[in-house]
Amino acid sequence: MIHSLFLVSTAGHIFLEKHWKSVISRSVCDYLFEAQGKASAPENVPPVIATPHHYLISVYRDRIFFVAVIQTEVPPLFVIEFLHRVAETFQDYFGECSEASIKDNVVIVYELLEEMLDNGFPLATEANILKEMIKPPTILRSVVNTITGGSSNVGGTLPTGQLSNIPWRRTGVKYTNNEAYFDVVEEIDAILDKSGTVVFAEIQGVIDACVKLSGMPDLTLSFVNPRLLDDVSFHPCVRFKRWEAERVLSFIPPDGNFRLMSYHVNAQNLVAIPVYVKQNVSFFETGSSGRLDITVGPKQTMGKTIEDVVITVHMPKVVLNANLTTNQGTSTYDPVTKVLVWDIGKLNQQKVPNLKGSLSLQSGAPRPDENPTLNIDLRIQQLAISGLKVNRLNMFGEKYKPFKGVKYVTKAGKFQVRT
Amino acid sequence: MQRLLQLPASAVNMVKTAQGQEEAKSPVLTPDGSQATWYSAVRPDELRHLRAGGEVEDAGASAEEGANTGGQAQPLRHDDLKEMLDSNKDSLKLEAMKRIVAMMARGKNASDLFPAVVKNVACKNIEVKKLVYVYLVRYAEEQQDLALLSISTFQRGLKDPNQLIRASALRVLSSIRVTIIIPIMMLAIKDAASDMSPYVRKTAAHAIPKLYSLDPEQKEPLIEVIEKLLADKTTLVAGSVVMAFEGVCPERIDLIHKNYRKLCNLLIDVEEWGQVVIINMLTRYARTQFLNPNANEVLLEEGEEKEFYGSDEEEGKEEKVEKKKPYVMDPDHRLLLRNTKPLLQSRNAAVVMAVAQLYFHLAPKAEVGVTAKALVRLLRSHSEVQFVVLQNVATMSIKRKGMFETYLKSFYIRSTDPTQIKVLKLEVLTNLATETSISIILREFQTYIKSMDKDFVAATIQAIGRCATNIGEVRDTCLNGLVQLLSNRDELVVAESVVVIKKLLQMQPEQHSDIIKHMAKLIENIQVPMARASILWLIGEYCEHVPKIAPDVLRKMAKSFTSEEDIVKLQILNLAAKLYLTNSKQTKLLTQYVLNLAKYDQNYDIRDRARFIRQLIVPTDKGGALSKYAKKLFLALKPAPILESPFKDRDHFQLGSLSHLLNVKAGGYQELPDWPETAPDPSVRNVEVMDKRKEKKKVEKPFYSDSEDESRLTESADSDSNTGSGSESSSATEESDSGSKSEDSGGESESEQQEKPNRKNGLELLKLFWHSRVLFVCILPCSAQTISPTFSSLKTYELLHRLTGEGLAVGYCFGRQPFVRDPHMVTVQIQFTNHMDTEARNLRVREPRLQSGMRIKEFPEIEVLPPGETVTTVMGIDFCDSTQAANFQLCTHTRKFCVSIQPPVGELMAPVFMLENEFKKEQGQLMGMNEIKETLVLGEACQSDYAIVQRVTAAANVGQVPCGSDQEFAGKTMTSNSLVLVTVITKRDRTAQLTVNCEKMVIGTMLVKDILHALSQ
Repeated sequence: MIHSLFLVSTAGHIFLEKHWKSVISRSVCDYLFEAQGKASAPENVPPVIATPHHYLISVYRDRIFFVAVIQTEVPPLFVIEFLHRVAETFQDYFGECSEASIKDNVVIVYELLEEMLDNGFPLATEANILKEMIKPPTILRSVVNTITGGSSNVGGTLPTGQLSNIPWRRTGVKYTNNEAYFDVVEEIDAILDKSGTVVFAEIQGVIDACVKLSGMPDLTLSFVNPRLLDDVSFHPCVRFKRWEAERVLSFIPPDGNFRLMSYHVNAQNLVAIPVYVKQNVSFFETGSSGRLDITVGPKQTMGKTIEDVVITVHMPKVVLNANLTTNQGTSTYDPVTKVLVWDIGKLNQQKVPNLKGSLSLQSGAPRPDENPTLNIDLRIQQLAISGLKVNRLNMFGEKYKPFKGVKYVTKAGKFQVRT
Repeated sequence: MQRLLQLPASAVNMVKTAQGQEEAKSPVLTPDGSQATWYSAVRPDELRHLRAGGEVEDAGASAEEGANTGGQAQPLRHDDLKEMLDSNKDSLKLEAMKRIVAMMARGKNASDLFPAVVKNVACKNIEVKKLVYVYLVRYAEEQQDLALLSISTFQRGLKDPNQLIRASALRVLSSIRVTIIIPIMMLAIKDAASDMSPYVRKTAAHAIPKLYSLDPEQKEPLIEVIEKLLADKTTLVAGSVVMAFEGVCPERIDLIHKNYRKLCNLLIDVEEWGQVVIINMLTRYARTQFLNPNANEVLLEEGEEKEFYGSDEEEGKEEKVEKKKPYVMDPDHRLLLRNTKPLLQSRNAAVVMAVAQLYFHLAPKAEVGVTAKALVRLLRSHSEVQFVVLQNVATMSIKRKGMFETYLKSFYIRSTDPTQIKVLKLEVLTNLATETSISIILREFQTYIKSMDKDFVAATIQAIGRCATNIGEVRDTCLNGLVQLLSNRDELVVAESVVVIKKLLQMQPEQHSDIIKHMAKLIENIQVPMARASILWLIGEYCEHVPKIAPDVLRKMAKSFTSEEDIVKLQILNLAAKLYLTNSKQTKLLTQYVLNLAKYDQNYDIRDRARFIRQLIVPTDKGGALSKYAKKLFLALKPAPILESPFKDRDHFQLGSLSHLLNVKAGGYQELPDWPETAPDPSVRNVEVMDKRKEKKKVEKPFYSDSEDESRLTESADSDSNTGSGSESSSATEESDSGSKSEDSGGESESEQQEKPNRKNGLELLKLFWHSRVLFVCILPCSAQTISPTFSSLKTYELLHRLTGEGLAVGYCFGRQPFVRDPHMVTVQIQFTNHMDTEARNLRVREPRLQSGMRIKEFPEIEVLPPGETVTTVMGIDFCDSTQAANFQLCTHTRKFCVSIQPPVGELMAPVFMLENEFKKEQGQLMGMNEIKETLVLGEACQSDYAIVQRVTAAANVGQVPCGSDQEFAGKTMTSNSLVLVTVITKRDRTAQLTVNCEKMVIGTMLVKDILHALSQ
């Protein structure tokens, strides 16, 4: 399966290598650099590259290429999914997944990788098990380490979680405050055309949980309207049969943060688009200039305010600068990346935010015939746009009374307005 | 103390000498920030020693400190690391190991430290030990001899009482790539394969491919280990052993037969990475063992391709009906499809993809669609995942268009997608285009053409071309759209359009001479060689449609011939030749000129082509025989090109595989076999207990008496397989012997014999049902149905003692048969034995005194019971779901005896056949007050699953839920038909949790007590 792993920065610096079988020279990464040279952006580097003797499967995350070297047939998704899991583990351990944090914690990274793969086959990928074996670095511990001359990263106890039927949960969890929080986060993916009509819209949601409960609690989460859910995928802890039969989520939760489920809302229900956008972006044939006029307003918000509205526009290359005025928020134009960002903030009913002004184009260049698309970002607190509601959360198996909380948020996912 | 003091002194020396050393020799530290951290980590520690040491050392310390803080901190050399490793302070060792690991991570060579590191393999500190392992595995291959020093430590570790230590020792031992220790590894793997702990067995499975890659000679013994591990029943092992199987002996498909059903059933509980491997392997297995569920369709498609061409492929289902011999899916094939389906809900994209490919390759057409939704979900994931999924969707969408039709909009392209994703989405959209959807797809394409991403625009234009060729109705619309693009400002767009238009025009050139004219004009502006070549070819090919323009174009091209690209030059030659043949008057001189230019071109091909054309078209004295046919050669009607998807026919590779993605066979790829013509024997997958028993019996019969034989075999069968319920094994024995023996636990008397054949039939049926796990759910009515009781030894109670009854002994037992005349009654078998010298007459029931609601159905009066004889009769009592005794008088012709029958609570119910999900559903409705949970410690004798089943079914008349994940039993009470659900979940350390869900709380409580008692004995 996975022979070796190289971590490569966007600048082409290989800053970590790990081999699970015989050593493979780091020169294989040259093929990646070659592909990188051809691609216009790092995202465009093909995830699978065939070289004469090896195959490189890579993912690009947080400005790092995770490059796995394999020699024989293996499902590419298997490797890709694993590499993402590695990146997520680093994120979880170090708070961020960056070149600097990996270099700083290289020993922990090595120890983690050693546990995650055996002979190139995934061994322990559950965060809960890994944390039992290798303690994540904390400020306190690093201070203690410096003073006492190094305590160990490695857990003194043996990871018994690996042996249990529920490998995702640590044993012997203890909290003074027992609490379980669930965030229902929904994202609207939509494409609106020039006139504002919906070309395509759907709602995708996730339920992220933060469960800090002692012992071995068995939770049951039920919905008021589970029928809304069209397609679901679960954390392995969820008992699928109970869901099939009764449409309730029954599970023994992992300890800490995890994604309980992600779902797709039935497409037949029309999606309520919370904002309307009126826009007019035009470039004049002569005089190498253009005009931009964007208005955003709240539409169907079910009485909630829309916050954190940001509109991002990728301008054509010939746009040199923008001279814009707005009645709300701030707008900035970066002439290097050609990105216009209009940070609006809250939308209120009385005053409709508007951004207008002129664009100056490179003189002599032909008028661009494409119009830029607007990407909209927004957030509505205390509302799940699909109407999904959690009915109740029950706990079995433990005596104490946990504190329970559910939060709803709606966000814009890939929300685009074509012009 | 002395030893401790040595260190700083030598460190000082080192620092001093190090200044003279070359930088290149000290690759320990790079100039980046990491050195500061380790220094600060080490220093306080060393300082402490120094202070303890006295003044001399103090000076050394300050010297060292000066060196460190003075900014010229010399990188320490390996000698220093060696010192630290040799020290007896764990913290120093740890620090050294951390730095060595950091070196390895950066790809620096640290192999010369090997002897120093390997010494620490037995270090007490866990972290040091782990890091030493990491080092060892990395460098052992280079330092084979020294690596041997560490082996004994691991060998000791293999014997450790702690399973985790055993596992980790095996893991490292097998990762050391040193050929000398192969026999040791082999031995260790074999031992570990039969270890008590599943975790160690899992590690053994992991070690198999390691050893195999080190020495392929070991294949045969390794296959034996694999075979053994394949039979393992724990989910922990399943994934790893299949991985080993795929790595070592993927061709030994015969090893899978016996484990097929088990793997299918375990699948949902296996960890996600194992699931992927198992599903892929089972796909291959199924292709060799089952029949093609779409076979009829393939036949029809071949036979009547013309008629069916263009019609939607989804119609296949109806065609199936026409077939004479209906196709019946092998139940095992169905089992695989059913058990993999829930995994579509996995959060792991690789698992979802694996199931999708399994359905694509194995399921009947109509069912493949279920995977579409999950695949579309993956499009929300990371772009790499999207990339792979879209590749597979592209292949699927060619074969099974209908599958993704409803999700068309999910493939719409966003301006923020990476180009490679955009292009793949276009591919899918093009594949999905039908007469009905083409209009909206084309409207989408129109927006895409305006995109800033020019590569994507070019791909869009090609996609439009493909839509136009595939769907005749829109050809003109597309062509018009493309012609409009010819006036686009971007040259790439124009060029791509020209190429596509050329292909489209070839289909019906007559109607489009104006387009050809338009394109002829473009030749002056377009610089992209491919586009120029395409235009020239078009004009040459259809010069008859543009007789006036063509010679002029040739004239212009002749002028610029020398500065053109090669492909354009070739097309100029082509054009010249064609014009010469059709219009030699006007173009003779021009052609000569062009041919002369080409004659002296730098490129071989062009010179060759010129010579070839000249010979063909210019009549010479020699009169080449071919020149007569020149016109036919050049102006033959050429078939229009078919614009095909690059994903066509890619499905001969297993979807989701690397080979499919690259469209090249990757190393180690296992071909997906074709469906067999006739199904191989399905019985190879049977893991019947019976077979084994028969085999053994043949051998063993001579040595054992019958009864011994039986019990022994029952035992051995059970230890081999705990898949069936306890009833199977004992009834199987019963069946193979003649029924003359006493029952296993001997509670029954001869009189019961008459009941036996009847029950046995029921049991046989049941056994077939449950054992083969075919689950004919569809045949059974869906509602919970009472089934024949699970057999267990019947307990006989005394109704009337021989002495009290003055020679008449009466016993009773609960027959667990449905009482024929009244379904609410419990069957009680009553057995009279006459110990008197005289015969007893007129045995009958009299004056029953019953609680309200209770009813009794008396047995028919027994007229005569001769002395010494025994007779059995049956009566029915409706206990009203309570354990109140039924009191009545038993009369003979002379005496009356007051007797009472008190039923154990377990007899107040009848078993119910139920599937697991049904069970869970019902259980979900019986929560709270209706649920009673108890934890218990299992008795010595009931450690195995089988024993538990037997105990529970003996204590209560309930039926086991087939293939349940836990031990689940279902029954319902006789009178009120309320469900009684019993679950026993065994945990490690001999405890178990017993859950009883029952609407009748009293019954529930009492049942818990009874079962508790039965299990903890």
